[in-house]
Amino acid sequence: MTRQTSLPGLRYAPQILTLLVVLGLSASLFPGFLNVEIANGRLYGSLIDILNRGAPVALLAIGMTLVIATKGIDLSVGAVMAICGAVAAATVTTTGSALQAVALALAVGLACGLWNGVLVAVAGIQPIIATLILMVAGRGIAQLITEGTILTFTNESLVFLGSGALLSMPTPILIWITAAALAMLLVRRTALGMLIEAIGINRRASTLSGVNSGILLVCVYMIAGLCAAVAGTIAAADIKGADANNAGLWLELDAILAVVIGGTSLLGGRFTLLGSMLGAMIIQSVNTSILISGFPPEFNLVIKALIIILILLIQSPALRARLKPVRRKQGQGETSILVKP
Amino acid sequence: MKTRHLPFAATLVIFILAYGLCYTQFPAMLSTRVIGNLLTDNAFLGIAAVGMTFVIISGGIDLSIGSVIAFTGVFIAVMLKTTGLHPLTVFALVLAVTCLFGAAMGAVIHFLEMPPFIVTLAGMFLARGLAFVLSTDSVPISHEFYGTLQDIFWRMPGKGRLTLIGGIMLVTVGLGMLIAHRTRFGANVYALGGGQATARLMGVPIAATTVGIYALSGFLAGLSGIVFSLYTSAGYSLSAVGVELDAIAAVVIGGTLLTGGSGYIAGTLFGVFIMGLIQTYIIFDGSLSSWWTKIVIGLLLLLFILLQKGLTWASSRGFGPAHRTA
Repeated sequence: MTRQTSLPGLRYAPQILTLLVVLGLSASLFPGFLNVEIANGRLYGSLIDILNRGAPVALLAIGMTLVIATKGIDLSVGAVMAICGAVAAATVTTTGSALQAVALALAVGLACGLWNGVLVAVAGIQPIIATLILMVAGRGIAQLITEGTILTFTNESLVFLGSGALLSMPTPILIWITAAALAMLLVRRTALGMLIEAIGINRRASTLSGVNSGILLVCVYMIAGLCAAVAGTIAAADIKGADANNAGLWLELDAILAVVIGGTSLLGGRFTLLGSMLGAMIIQSVNTSILISGFPPEFNLVIKALIIILILLIQSPALRARLKPVRRKQGQGETSILVKP
Repeated sequence: MKTRHLPFAATLVIFILAYGLCYTQFPAMLSTRVIGNLLTDNAFLGIAAVGMTFVIISGGIDLSIGSVIAFTGVFIAVMLKTTGLHPLTVFALVLAVTCLFGAAMGAVIHFLEMPPFIVTLAGMFLARGLAFVLSTDSVPISHEFYGTLQDIFWRMPGKGRLTLIGGIMLVTVGLGMLIAHRTRFGANVYALGGGQATARLMGVPIAATTVGIYALSGFLAGLSGIVFSLYTSAGYSLSAVGVELDAIAAVVIGGTLLTGGSGYIAGTLFGVFIMGLIQTYIIFDGSLSSWWTKIVIGLLLLLFILLQKGLTWASSRGFGPAHRTA
């Protein structure tokens, strides 16, 4: 629909450039930054660490991209992560079966998505408010499941999801890349992506032209819930425990940022999963670079905020409109028209 | 009664019913001591929520207030520790800073046409980050002027204490109501929430109003930070996390429409009271865990949103004066 077929490389130029600048700066400051080595049958190095630590945000960003494409937003994903992590931990400690734990966690994630979807699509509540309910209540529910403690577990197979490695690649990386690839295939090789964009542009018009927008909206929120469940399970498996207070805390904001940095408009109707994945990696690169730089961590948030502001300024529709004559020469002038309401 | 008064009336009824329910279980709940504490404990939230009400009535959102509260506290504590400035001078300074911070966010939202959600999210990171840069530790405040301020209170009948910060909140709510309902600026805020295009056609200065709204929210967040530092006698960069969510919840429970254009400052005050009441009940009960607070607030949010939805549905069917769809 609004997919740009011309110059596909240029579309991601700002994101790729930002990622390269962040990585380049770190590499020039810390000589060992780009080294990747194998130890204990597993890849190690800062680049691997970025891919690994970025897994939760990348997973959340997949679902968030689709939700934002429908002109919605899902604030509850962080709380859903906490709930699903708690469910996985509680199940594995009582039954001892990792498979059952993961299945139940995913089912709960889908149920949370169903709840959000029904509130948005059937009750017609604004997405930001509908998902706020679960965001506020979700942590309480998670604490109800863990009974206020940090539930720890030692189940090998479940821990493998968080800190194991397959073919010397850490499992979280494999999981999020597979999930992203599946999602991209699903939305771009079928009509699903176009239908989602149609809802985002004008739900009423898309309904009138035969799109079953209610069911589709519910499904999109359920995908977001599923992604949050996977992210929550990985986060719990990583620390071998479920922390209802801190699991996924503020990750919904990081996920939204990843989506926005990736070039998806918050006004809906136009999305790019690849861009969101790049956005997630940019955020994690900044985090990791600041962490290993030995720079006082108190500057972490300020630097992050400044980078976000810079990227947002580059993407601002108003600023683009002013720079339009320059932009059009590069074949990107049309975006400013598309982004405006 | 007009339909648009209904959410506010519902808030009031629920507050009275909830208080009655608490009273039947714990008769001590009705003492002025409990009421005094309710005001003191929720003073900072109430002040911040007044600013949030203006922002939400205008159809926007401000996610930065929790971080601004933390920044204000740390700024005051560090300034008092390192310089010989009088607290009042520091208060004026920090209020100017937070007001400008809010105005800057408003300007970015208006002139760069960026969604308030993302701009104030960046503001949230920036303010929290600046607080970290100032100090990562909790900085105690031991200025004698603070002691004097903390000792000011008015003894209500029944030995309850209306403290200075509780009083500041009530005054803020009163002034907020005046600004919202009796000034040109207030009318502009409501008009903006009704729709930007219509507001522009009505002759509302969009730019000045948008900047003004976020400047007001920043100013009130700063005031809330001052009150919070009086309440805790310290400045800590990790404090007041998530206050913006509590404030949004209070505004919604208070009957303000999240689509903008309709709502009352007084409703927000009762929204804050209801949230404070839940916490007080949990303390009185003693056996309930604190996480029930979050679940109950979540349920209340759901209840009020469904109520609002029902009202807009009813009015769009011609039962009321407001013809708007969410």
